Order: sequence, then C-alpha cells, then structure tokens
Amino acid sequence: MTGYLIRRIAQSVVVVFGVVLLTFILTKIIPGGAARAALGPKATPLKIQVYNDQHHYNVSIYQQFWIYIWQIVRHGSLGYSDKYNQSVRSLIDERIPKTLVLVGLSTIFALIVAIPLGVLQVVRRNKPVDYIVTGASFVGYAMPAFLLGELLILWFALDLHWFSFEAPQSNSVWGELSDPRALVLPIFSLAVLTIAGFSRYMRSSMMEALTEDYIRTARAKGASPRRVLYRHALRNALIPIITLLGLTLPAIIGGAIITETVFNYPGMGLLTTNAATQNDVPLLIGTTFVAAIATVIGNLIADLLYAVVDPRVRYA
Amino acid sequence: MAVSPATLQSGAPETAPAGGEAQAAGGGLTSQLLHVFAENRLAVVGAVVIVLMILFCFVGPVFYHTNQTDTQKALTTAPANAPPSWQYPLGTDENGFDMLGRIMYGGQISLIVGFAAAGIATVIGVIVGAVSGFFGAFLDGFLMRIVDVLLSVPLLYLLIVLAVIFHPSVEILILVIGFTAWLVPARLVRGETLSLRTREFVQAVRVMGGGGTRIVGRHIIPNTIGTIIVNTTFQVADAILLLAALGFIGLGVPAPKTDWGSMIAVGTNYAQSGDWWEIYPTGLAIVLVVVALNFVGDALRDAFEVRLQRR
Repeated sequence: MTGYLIRRIAQSVVVVFGVVLLTFILTKIIPGGAARAALGPKATPLKIQVYNDQHHYNVSIYQQFWIYIWQIVRHGSLGYSDKYNQSVRSLIDERIPKTLVLVGLSTIFALIVAIPLGVLQVVRRNKPVDYIVTGASFVGYAMPAFLLGELLILWFALDLHWFSFEAPQSNSVWGELSDPRALVLPIFSLAVLTIAGFSRYMRSSMMEALTEDYIRTARAKGASPRRVLYRHALRNALIPIITLLGLTLPAIIGGAIITETVFNYPGMGLLTTNAATQNDVPLLIGTTFVAAIATVIGNLIADLLYAVVDPRVRYA
Repeated sequence: MAVSPATLQSGAPETAPAGGEAQAAGGGLTSQLLHVFAENRLAVVGAVVIVLMILFCFVGPVFYHTNQTDTQKALTTAPANAPPSWQYPLGTDENGFDMLGRIMYGGQISLIVGFAAAGIATVIGVIVGAVSGFFGAFLDGFLMRIVDVLLSVPLLYLLIVLAVIFHPSVEILILVIGFTAWLVPARLVRGETLSLRTREFVQAVRVMGGGGTRIVGRHIIPNTIGTIIVNTTFQVADAILLLAALGFIGLGVPAPKTDWGSMIAVGTNYAQSGDWWEIYPTGLAIVLVVVALNFVGDALRDAFEVRLQRR
C-alpha cells in the first residue's frame, strides 16, 4: 500500500507541475502581450514598460517561470485582477467553498439516484422501464446543461412557483444552505448529466458482474437471487464507480460553470463567466488553475479510495 | 468532454448483436458492417436524422429564403419577437430575424464547427496516440504526461480561457475545440497500438525492412480505424454541445452570425415572458442531432465489434 501511495502521489505532483506550466503558457500566448491586454490598445510604450517592470515581464522566460512558481508556492498568489482591483486569490477564496457545496451535493444526489436506477434496469432488463430509463439517459446526455437549467426555471420556478429561479445570494456557505428550496433546481440540473452517465455505467457494470464465475458459484451454493444481486453483483459493480467518479469530476466542475451562470449562483463558475465577459484574463487563468488542482486532488482521493476498497489494486 | 453514456456501455454482454452470426455467410467486411448497422433500427433513424438535419441547414435556405445577416433591415422590416404565423412559421427573434431561417443559419455554424473540430481532434489524437504507443519509452511518457495534465483541466475552463484570449470566430472556435478535445482519442488509439505493435503482421513489416513511420502510418493506424470512427462520432456530438455552451456564455460566433447555443442564450430572456418559440425549436434541434449521433456511434461500435469477432 505504501508503495502505491507514494507512486500515486508522485504522479499527482508531476501533473500539478504540468498544470502550473500550462497556466504559465496561457499567460504568455495572449496576442499583443499581457500588458497590452491589461492596459488597453491606447497604452503608451512607457506605461507598458512600467507594467512589464512591475510584473517582471522583461526578464528571461525561464526567470519569469521561476518567479511565477515562486509566487504560487511561497505566497499562494495567482496574480491580480485589474477589473476587480483585487487579488485573484482573494476573489476565488471567497467563492470556492460555495462551488464545493454545489458540486458535492449534486454528486451525492447523482449517486443516490443513478445507482438504484442502474440496478432497477438490470432487474427489469429489456422491459419497458429499462427502455424508458435508457431513452431518458440519452436525452439527459444530449441536453445542453444551460437549456435544461432554463427549462427548469421556466417550468418549476416561473410557472409552478415551486422553487426559486435564483440561488441564494449570500456571502457564506451557511447562507447558501439556509434556503434549501432555492438550491433544488441548481443541484438537480448539475446532477442530470452525471445521472445519465452513471446509470448507464451502473447497468452495464452490473450486467458484466452477473456473468462472473463467483456469481455462478454463489447461485450454485443456493444463495437467493436477491442475495446474489445485492451482496455479490452490486458490491463488485460499485467499485468501478469510484474510478468513474474521478473521471467525471472535470466534467462536473466544468458543468458547474454553466449551472452557476444559469441560476446566478455566486461561486467560482459564475466568477469565471463574469471574467469572460469582462475580458479579465488573469482571473480566468486563476480559476482554471484552481479548477485543475481541484480535479487532481479529487482524482487522487478517488484512486486512493479505490485501493482501500479493492485490495487487488494495492498488491498489483 | 465527459465520458459519454454510450462509451460506458462497452463491454456489456448485451451489446454484441445477435445478428452477427446469421449473416456471416455472405459478403465482405463492409457489407457485414452495413448489415449489422442496418439491423439496429435506432441507428438507422439516427443516421437519417443527421442527414435530414444537414440538408435542412445547408439546402433549406435555398428554398426558404430569409434575411439572416442584415440586422438593420430585420429591425426595420420585420416585427420583433413575433409569435408563429403563416409569414413566420416559427416566429421571429429580438431583432426580427425569422426563427425558422435562423435555425438553419445557426445550424450551419454549429454543424460545421462540430464536424471540423471533431476532425481536428481525431487527427491529432490518432497521431499522438499511435506515435506514443508505438515508439514507447521516453516519448510515450512525455506525451502521456501532457495528456494527463490536459485531462485534469476541466475542458470548459480551458475553452473559455482560449476563446477569450483569441476572440471567438468560426475558425478560432474550430481550432480551440479541436486542440482541446484530442485527449480521449489519443488514449484510445495508444491503447490499441500497444497491443497491435506486438502482432505478427507488424513483425513481418519490420523483417521486410519497413521503418517506424511506415508501420504506424500504413499498418497500425488503419487497424484502429474502427475505434477512430466510433470515437469521432461521439466527438462531433460533444463538440456541438461544447460550442452551444460557449455560445450560451457569450463566447459563440459574433453577431450577426449565430449558432444554436447563442440563439438559445438570446431567446431565454424572451422565453421567460412567454415567447416559447425562441428556445424550444432550437433546443430540439440540438438534442435531436446529439442523440442521433450517439445512436449512430453506439451502432457503429457494435458493428465493428462484430467485425473484430469474426477475424
């Protein structure tokens, strides 16, 4: 286990370094340069010179990269947003807990719905329920997330008045959680894509598990169909879900951008779309960096969990 | 983008169609492929929907001629946000553009970007995957670490940054989506290459003096064609959805050009006050095309699986 742990963590460190390099490259490929982008097309050469001096942009590219890493490691600094007149780090720090709440709750909800759905499809395979769920998951997957969100608002908020059309506008996580009715639609709409993918995976994973030798053995020993299904097939079919969760994480974190924008949820995704409309490149690169690091950490946790649950990985 | 539900289905015992055995007697590989494909009715429906949608968007405007480029003219000559009528079958949008014509016009861009971006992503992915898998060692480690890094950046974030930095236009959007979506095909082709490179026919080429480039280009890549085609189908669907998401955020093609995502983004403001025609038909178009592509991709995979089984 220790060997696996060390290897897996080392791998993550390499990926994190790659992410740092990638975001550094992003700051360098802005046509006309970062100074031009920040100061506008009318900036005088002198102003650009001063800006470049302030940001250490006139030293060699290797030194710039070194400074960039040092800023992140030593000061946790991700640059400065001229549009907000605030450091990128402080802007993100305010919003990230709220995004974590949204992503976490919607993932939990997706699992609670998707796993029983997949099992139901296996129990009733090739019956109407199976086809309906499969059809629905195809549509759920093909539905653009923003369209789903807008339709939910139209139907359940504006027509039926069941839920709020907007997420709570609060500065704190507790403020967000204080109005559960307003969170229903954002959580549901973010979860749909995941539910569509997971339930289909769960179905095929269960089907595959049912063909295994240990299932035949269990049946031969006289275990009831129920017991075979839930104790033998389900438990084994659940293991790959952990990996799938890790793989889907980037899509969920990316999807949160859309959900937060549709429901005006004050998290990192909304910050990103606002930054996009205001051409705030440093802030955009900052949120991209944080989203990537969150994904790396999420994947690491998923893989370690996998090793805990499935001993075959540890000793491989 | 994500793991498509269809991709996840692979390996399910059911996916191998029963028809594979029955028609084994006659025909070459292509006719076998077509046969298995044709047996899957959903896939045939999907293929028909895709063809009809392409005709609708690209040939439709020839018969149904509407102004979609001159905003000034639309504003002055047509009513804005008009409900469906004989004159405007799907109503008009905020500028007075005819919605039916606009779905065709926006669809052209959504489909062009979808297919072109998927094409670029596939070409890059296949080359990276085959080179990485075949030459192995340092190059493989290096390329796969790049893939690891890019896979850990949520795609939408990367797309938004690139779209903002380079300012969206049709060409930029194709390139941006194409250059960020090649990771999955690269991994798939690498995996296949790893198993193909040890096969006898590859050894035979080596013995006959064939170099690495020849082996990869003439023998490895053609043998992964099934995987490539299936994946490209899903890539097109994903690219259309990604473009729609960018359009919704305001990073779609700039006005007066439009795409399906941008159209819905504009329409939602009016749909909230009852103008349903400004989002439902466009939304239906996206869902139809993406579902159809997923059906076709699923059926193609079944078809190629049968081909592999018959070897």
